[in-house]
Amino acid sequence: MKTDRKRRTARREFLLAAGGIAAGIALDSAAAPPPARAAASLASAEATQRAMEKITRGKPVNKGKVRLELPELVDNGNAVPLAVRVESPMTPTDYVKAIHVFTQKNPLPEVASFRLGPRAGRASVATRIRLADTQTVTAICELSDGSFWSGSADVVVTIAACLEEL
Amino acid sequence: MARAIINLPASAKRGEIIEIKALAAHEMETGFRRTQYGAVIPRDIITSFVCTYNGVEIFSADFHPAIAANPYLAFSTIATESGTIACKWTGDNGYSLTESVAISVA
Repeated sequence: MKTDRKRRTARREFLLAAGGIAAGIALDSAAAPPPARAAASLASAEATQRAMEKITRGKPVNKGKVRLELPELVDNGNAVPLAVRVESPMTPTDYVKAIHVFTQKNPLPEVASFRLGPRAGRASVATRIRLADTQTVTAICELSDGSFWSGSADVVVTIAACLEEL
Repeated sequence: MARAIINLPASAKRGEIIEIKALAAHEMETGFRRTQYGAVIPRDIITSFVCTYNGVEIFSADFHPAIAANPYLAFSTIATESGTIACKWTGDNGYSLTESVAISVA
């Protein structure tokens, strides 16, 4: 009996101690600043839409002509190879003026803007981007006649960029 | 260590389309990350890139924090004449870097 009580006491003490630690952790996390994930509010579809409208200035965007080359499945969102190709003869009278890249779920909708001209010879640009989540990446190109064309690609991201703590 | 690398063919035929690859060594701190104490790490990125061919601008780009660290760019131009292709990166906190490469066009 005596040993049993002793054991129980030990167990009670242990549980109390454990509870104390747990409460301590809870207090700690309550006092700590919100995690980066919550603070970095992700761009919504509307924000992306607004960013695109800033570029197109209300002009209609046609689907097509733009091809995005992105891996379908991305291990690491910190550096994702992206290539954008536009169907264009790239002559002095018919060429791609600019290519703009947008995301839907990164903290900011804009990724990059590229300005090229007939001297490029070929309407193709490649870079490496960051992706914070599984999402759709869209590229809009502006042609020399003032029309806008767009293309998108869906990417699955397993390790997100930007939101990790140091 | 070079802080920027520009890769293009040393010589080309007139009228040929050549590919230019440019890479700058830069953290590209997004401004969205925090330290373990919760302090936001301020943004420090390259915001613009300009490439000139014998002084004439042939390509430029604006970067946002979604461009990966050590920004890489590949684009093309038509080889018109011998000369230099120069790239300039500018960014936050007065960052500025210029690098140029010679090309001979036959």
